[in-house]
Amino acid sequence: MIEKLASLGHRGLLFFSLFGRSFILFLSTLFGFLYLFRRPNLLIKQLYAVGVLSFLIILVSGLFVGMVMGLQGYNTLVDFGAEESLGQVVALSLLRELGPVVGALLFAGRAGSALTAEIGLMKATEQLSGMEMMAINPVKQILAPRLLAGIISLPLLVAIFSMVGVLGGYFVGVDLLGVDAGAYWSQIQEKVDFQHDVMSGVIKSIVFGVVCTWIAIFEGYDCIPTSEGVSKATTNTVVFSALSVLGLDFLLTAVML
Amino acid sequence: MIFSGVDMDIPRGKITAIMGPSGTGKTTLLKLIGGQLKPEKGSIEVDGENIPKLSNKQLYNIRKQMGMLFQSGALLTDMNVFDNVAFPLREHTNLPESMIRDLVLVKLHTVGLRGARTLKPSQLSGGMARRVALARAMALDPSLIMYDEPFTGQDPISMGVLVKLIKRVNQLLGITSIIVSHDIHETLDIADKIYLISKGKIVGQGNSEELENSSSPWVKQFIHGYDDGPVPFHFSTDSLIDDLLEKQR
Repeated sequence: MIEKLASLGHRGLLFFSLFGRSFILFLSTLFGFLYLFRRPNLLIKQLYAVGVLSFLIILVSGLFVGMVMGLQGYNTLVDFGAEESLGQVVALSLLRELGPVVGALLFAGRAGSALTAEIGLMKATEQLSGMEMMAINPVKQILAPRLLAGIISLPLLVAIFSMVGVLGGYFVGVDLLGVDAGAYWSQIQEKVDFQHDVMSGVIKSIVFGVVCTWIAIFEGYDCIPTSEGVSKATTNTVVFSALSVLGLDFLLTAVML
Repeated sequence: MIFSGVDMDIPRGKITAIMGPSGTGKTTLLKLIGGQLKPEKGSIEVDGENIPKLSNKQLYNIRKQMGMLFQSGALLTDMNVFDNVAFPLREHTNLPESMIRDLVLVKLHTVGLRGARTLKPSQLSGGMARRVALARAMALDPSLIMYDEPFTGQDPISMGVLVKLIKRVNQLLGITSIIVSHDIHETLDIADKIYLISKGKIVGQGNSEELENSSSPWVKQFIHGYDDGPVPFHFSTDSLIDDLLEKQR
């Protein structure tokens, strides 16, 4: 019994120590943003690596998610003779929920895992130690541009995801299933509220961007510098990001409804 | 505990070697000198500054006077050879790009790799990567360079080149050098002073001649490569007979 309690206490201490380390790293990385005014090229390079290279997966996934929404939405709505509301259903689902959540999950899988693996390998090959010995702070040089790039990129990628999704829904609903094009767009124009619907999606995507990139850089920076350690950290990034996104989505939805 | 009661004096402008069996904490010692690790007790002084007591800013300032050659080279893989050597200069100086170019080419010429400046680290052999890392460590003209296992895994030619380079850099530029290694012959050839450590303590010190003539069993075993002695061949365990009987039971 005592042993079980001790083990529980030990796990609790480990968790709080992990959370404390990650929070301290997050704060020092935020301070590192100032350094990017002197070295904007570091940020631009990471915007390309984190954002532009995630563009294709976001584009294709957004299109298919929108098409599925169009198909499912039409089949449900047609039973009630309400297929004219398809545009509203597709747009609201994407803007409020699917865009930020699926976008963040894809981002964690594509960009987050790549960030963790890159930083972890830099640690394993002593590149981070090498920088420290050259009196160059790796938190400013390596982590800060990656965190900021993630925070900037994800909301933009989510916006693209939702936009392409609406077009995918239009293609299936209007072009293939015969919903009226005017009704599709006018329902979106009438029912989608900028502040309530669009902004809630934007806020979610910013929060998810911070959390997913924070997890990714911390896992890489804190990993055990071996091939097994880097592999475990990369897996952790995807798992923790996915769980955090889904949990936070519920919290944010509850707050913003 | 890794070290206990270790007292070392690294003479300025000389080559000092720290040797010992694998796993004795030689690299840890370099990390302590560079301030990457902090000791629980004791002091480490570089140029009169007690490293563990320095603030982060002071530590980063004093590191500009230090260069370190890592075992793997630790070159930044997203940059080519030229940019790797130019990296500390671009970060710490306001020199114009034309002057940085000249300085980098001179450093690369010193290590014989001026012609490899456009190559990526992945295109370099292990020996070349270490020479580029040496050029980068010299970029800011430090007063101290630490070499972590510079000869490990090198072919005889690369090893010979590295030995000569370390000696030449020390003689021409008067840089204090600390070499951590267990390659006996190469290190004894160039080191002015050698510390032999084992199990967290200094077990021998002196120049190469003194160590070769030492009567200490630790020093003898290490210098001559005996398979058994103070460092036992068998990892600490029960007797073989006990172990075998245990299995039968």
